[in-house]
Amino acid sequence: MNPEVTTGAPTAAMEARWARAGSILQRQGALAALVALVLFGVLRYGENFYSEYNIQEVLRYNAMFGLIALGMTFVIMTGGIDLSVGAVAALSSVVLALLSPHGAEIAIAGAIGAGLVVGLINGGLIAWFKIQPFIVTLAMLLAARGVALILADNTNVYVDFASGFMDLDRREFFGLPLRIVIMVAAFVLGSIVLNFTRFGRHVLAVGGNEDAARLAGLPVERILLAVYGMSGALAGVAGVLLGWQTATGAPTEGLGWELSAIAAVVIGGTLLTGGLGSVGTTLVGVVLLGLIFNMLNFENGKGVISLSSYWQTVIRGAILLMVVLLQNQLGRRPITAGA
Amino acid sequence: MTDLPIDLQHQRSGAASWLREAGRAYGAIAALVALLLFNAIFTDRFLSMQAFRLNVTQVSTVIIVAVGMTLVIATGGIDLSVGALMAISGAVAPLIFLSDRAPFDIAWFGTVSAFAIAILVAGAFGLFNGILVAVFRIQPIIATLVLFIAGRGIAQVLTNGSIQTFNNPDFQYIGLGRPLGIPFQAFLVIAIVAIAAWVVRSTVFGRYLLATGGNEPAARLAGVPVARVKLAVYVITGLLAGLAGLIVISINKSSDANLVGMDMELNAIAAVAVGGTPLTGGRANVVGALIGALILQLIRTTLLSHNIPDAVARVVTAAAIVIAVLAQRGRAT
Repeated sequence: MNPEVTTGAPTAAMEARWARAGSILQRQGALAALVALVLFGVLRYGENFYSEYNIQEVLRYNAMFGLIALGMTFVIMTGGIDLSVGAVAALSSVVLALLSPHGAEIAIAGAIGAGLVVGLINGGLIAWFKIQPFIVTLAMLLAARGVALILADNTNVYVDFASGFMDLDRREFFGLPLRIVIMVAAFVLGSIVLNFTRFGRHVLAVGGNEDAARLAGLPVERILLAVYGMSGALAGVAGVLLGWQTATGAPTEGLGWELSAIAAVVIGGTLLTGGLGSVGTTLVGVVLLGLIFNMLNFENGKGVISLSSYWQTVIRGAILLMVVLLQNQLGRRPITAGA
Repeated sequence: MTDLPIDLQHQRSGAASWLREAGRAYGAIAALVALLLFNAIFTDRFLSMQAFRLNVTQVSTVIIVAVGMTLVIATGGIDLSVGALMAISGAVAPLIFLSDRAPFDIAWFGTVSAFAIAILVAGAFGLFNGILVAVFRIQPIIATLVLFIAGRGIAQVLTNGSIQTFNNPDFQYIGLGRPLGIPFQAFLVIAIVAIAAWVVRSTVFGRYLLATGGNEPAARLAGVPVARVKLAVYVITGLLAGLAGLIVISINKSSDANLVGMDMELNAIAAVAVGGTPLTGGRANVVGALIGALILQLIRTTLLSHNIPDAVARVVTAAAIVIAVLAQRGRAT
């Protein structure tokens, strides 16, 4: 956790230059990879790849992962982790479906509220009972999934079509599908909160050095509560999007979402040790991971080589590895991870 | 920083603090005994051989993986890839003993090499994890996330996504054998736990392990070969996960890369935490991992055999994990 003391004392100027080079790469490594991937796609798959339809489909489908990863970014910036988000999204989709006969607004509010409550429980246990985030949210992963299964009686619950909930998904704003608008709005808000509010600075301060933040008089407990509450609420919104995606409350959905989200955050260059991070690059990480599946479809469509969908996870893992190694090699000097 | 108030509470002494202290030291064992007693009295046929075998079969792979996880966690790390490594070894073994290519078509040779190669392949992937952590100094959670994501895909690519079914009694002895009427895995588990507990307690490697997790810079200054220790624990965990994968496919009589070892990383970590090893590193309670896995298994069996739905069992398990960790918080070494 502690930054290592550099022996041999390089000059301050060199140190600063390394820090800057490191942080630029930390931020832009993922973007470079994304640009390369898109260029490759455009050259190889042509117009269909960069058609409005394809771009919208990729973003629309990945919007829910984006929301989860956004919440995860804030959690990770405090030095924590939230393993419960996939299960919470599933739980929220069930709540949504169960409430949908009472109207779309109530259903959506209920789904997000459920996520928020779970997140606040996580945050409370972490902030005041001082249990490690990994353990708390691991237990919550089990519990939220269990509650989702109980509420849904072990099957998928259909969303009430008369509620008009499903019609919302077809709405467009500025020519963009609602799901994309929600994701972009969430990221813009998240970026503003992180960069321009006191809360954002506090989040980074807590992640940088919790003890120091406490000594400086920051309300560490309330910050943690807010961050996990936010992660839960965003998972709740992801549950609403999942409802649009599947037209059901799906208690068994969301498997492994937490780890994909962590991968997206890491690819985006946010450090798992906390104290440093960026919201925009997380979005880049999400799109990067999402694009792989899309490109695999195009590749198979060309019929030159046929890669089974199993390759998707292998390629995703390889990309995570490459980005992490890259960040590690170039971003090593300024910020050495302790563990 | 949280130590201080707890120490002060100690000095207040009295029944409450005595109880708290006892809870920290013996809570897990007491919970295990209580669960056993409860089931012995209230659960039909809990004391039957059949129920015993079922429980042992279900819990043994978790224990085997949790032992490796304990060692990794002791160094301050974590291994999210264990489930995926189980799937890989489970995919590799049938490829070998079902192969009709020489020399694997010779029955005994095919079986023996299936064991050896499958476990070694898992160990090699463990080495990959270890290199990322020890040499490239990537945080363990990210380093092992790579294979968590890719590992199952690798297993599926190897088997082309098909489910391999087989009937090979020699190979399946590891999962279905019953010397003295007791499942063979029980002996394996006892041997592995005993060896690991001995290694942690009485060998130089064990001390290196705890030193690495306790305070890495200090350990390095004191001459502990930190990198090699880390490499070793990830390899050991890989080998153990490989073994667990073979047990699972032997019991199932088939290998489905999509299912073998699913959620194992979380179950193993939960067992380790319930057993009293903190995730912060520097301590390793191997027997605790055994007890933790048994507690979680028994909670599940108890609820399910009293007709409580699986979904409720998950919630109760979650509560048990939190309570167990709360009870052990701030426990003295």
